[in-house]
Amino acid sequence: MLELQSLLIALYVFVLAMFVGFEVITKVPQILHTPLMSGSNAISGITLVGAVIVAGRLESPLSTVIGVAAVALATINVVGGFMVTDRMLQMFKKRQDGGQ
Amino acid sequence: MIAQTEGTVLPLIIDAAYLVAATLFIIGLKRLSSPKTARSGNVLGATGMLIAVAVTLFDREILSFTWIIAGLVLGGLAGAILARTVKMTAMPQMVGLLNGFGGAASALVAGDEYLRFASGATATTADVQITIMLSVLVGTVTFSGSMVAFAKLQELVTGRAVTYPLQKTINALLGLAIVALGVYLIPADPAPGLFATFAVLCLVLGVLLVIPIGGADMPVVIALLNSYSGIAAAATGFVLHNNVLIISGALVGASGLILTNIMCRAMNRSLTNVLFGAFGATPVAVGAGAAMDGRTVKDISPEDAAILLAYSRSVIFVPGYGLAVSQAQHNVRELAELLEQRGVDVKYAIHPVAGRMPGHMNVLLAEANVPYDKLYEMERINPEFERTDVAVVIGANDVVNPAARHDRNSPIYGMPILDVDRAQNVIVMKRSMNPGFAGIDNELFYHDNTRMLFGDARESLTKLVAALKAV
Repeated sequence: MLELQSLLIALYVFVLAMFVGFEVITKVPQILHTPLMSGSNAISGITLVGAVIVAGRLESPLSTVIGVAAVALATINVVGGFMVTDRMLQMFKKRQDGGQ
Repeated sequence: MIAQTEGTVLPLIIDAAYLVAATLFIIGLKRLSSPKTARSGNVLGATGMLIAVAVTLFDREILSFTWIIAGLVLGGLAGAILARTVKMTAMPQMVGLLNGFGGAASALVAGDEYLRFASGATATTADVQITIMLSVLVGTVTFSGSMVAFAKLQELVTGRAVTYPLQKTINALLGLAIVALGVYLIPADPAPGLFATFAVLCLVLGVLLVIPIGGADMPVVIALLNSYSGIAAAATGFVLHNNVLIISGALVGASGLILTNIMCRAMNRSLTNVLFGAFGATPVAVGAGAAMDGRTVKDISPEDAAILLAYSRSVIFVPGYGLAVSQAQHNVRELAELLEQRGVDVKYAIHPVAGRMPGHMNVLLAEANVPYDKLYEMERINPEFERTDVAVVIGANDVVNPAARHDRNSPIYGMPILDVDRAQNVIVMKRSMNPGFAGIDNELFYHDNTRMLFGDARESLTKLVAALKAV
């Protein structure tokens, strides 16, 4: 019973976060859709948090290999995602003054 | 007593830090609503991630940091190199690759949880078992599907839709087998061998689901896989009872779904049709449409085109994938600036599915220093074509095909298009008369006010710039 209750609470969190996501993301203009994808992609690398524990708890050699692979992949996702998003966003500039 | 407090305080601090991270992600995404605040929003997101990872290092389960550091350094270096060196034209592949890595990481973490259960290290419950299967399913499909999308976009394999007999039946059977095996594994005693089989079948499913999807539909696939990578992270959050994973995963899942929906609407096709329709598997023969019979296209020299542009009041550039292919974004900007110096009003019209991913053209033009307030979305620019002297189509095809408005027999009928045919003059820059990715002839090319400028987009633009300087 208790496990179902905790599952339900987790589902609450999930559903509410989905709604927040819909609200926030519909306001992102089309010109920023590529950075939105790479940036949100980097956020989905949050799974790194779980991967770090797997790699560090030394459960078994297989488990550690899985953990290291997960940490490396998730880190590429996180670091690559945020960095490339920054690289794109710094290119978006308004027209320089001088003209009108 | 003290030990007990210590034992409960640390997880509490970690959880509170996760809450901060989740909040930063939401604020960060919110700041993406304007190009002015977007960059700081991305920094907030990255800060949230740093906080989340940093506090996790204090988790009591961690016994050694050696392997963690190895993974972080390896992944960090690879990610940084990728992010620094990738060409803006290759951004769809890059995002595809990152999606895949995120999905794989989620599946690995969930898979490890199953192994622990199998080795007797932890007891398991039904909800954990269910979410492990879901996480492995979505994560591996995201991974293998993204790798196929990457290979297609990178042109390592054909970009066309790959079809074979009984394709849907085979996929359906595979899907059924996966569901059956997953359902069997949930209440069963640990069976690592069967579990591995489950994961491999899921990997195969990801491949089979993406190969029948053609190059022009890649924006939808990339957006959908983006959503999956979020769902996979959220599912792993359910496995680990970790709210920051659930929240972040849900945010990304929602984001990917919205983009998928926008892309589908912009092509006037349902998601089912995009995923299973095998659009563009075989090109329609050029000139097959009755409207094209006996009509010829008129071409124009770069010199004449330059004169036409030089003496017009307003010009709208319509970039498409052809611009990206020939890396011509800087040349367009150069041409546009020359025209502006002559007092011509210049705008850019961006169709939502131009390029190979949502917003791709905007990034390319921003890279070429085109100010973003000159980039117009379809709804805003369409009423302006009538008042425009010249519309210049650069490597775009299906998104400017007027047949979408009136020809009920056209495969793209009903798709919202840029109304370039309503401009006083249209110049179409195109490599050849080959049809676009949808494999359809374009009646725009045969219109009276249309002139074709054949050749590679970059070469044509260079010639135009030279000719314009001579005017």
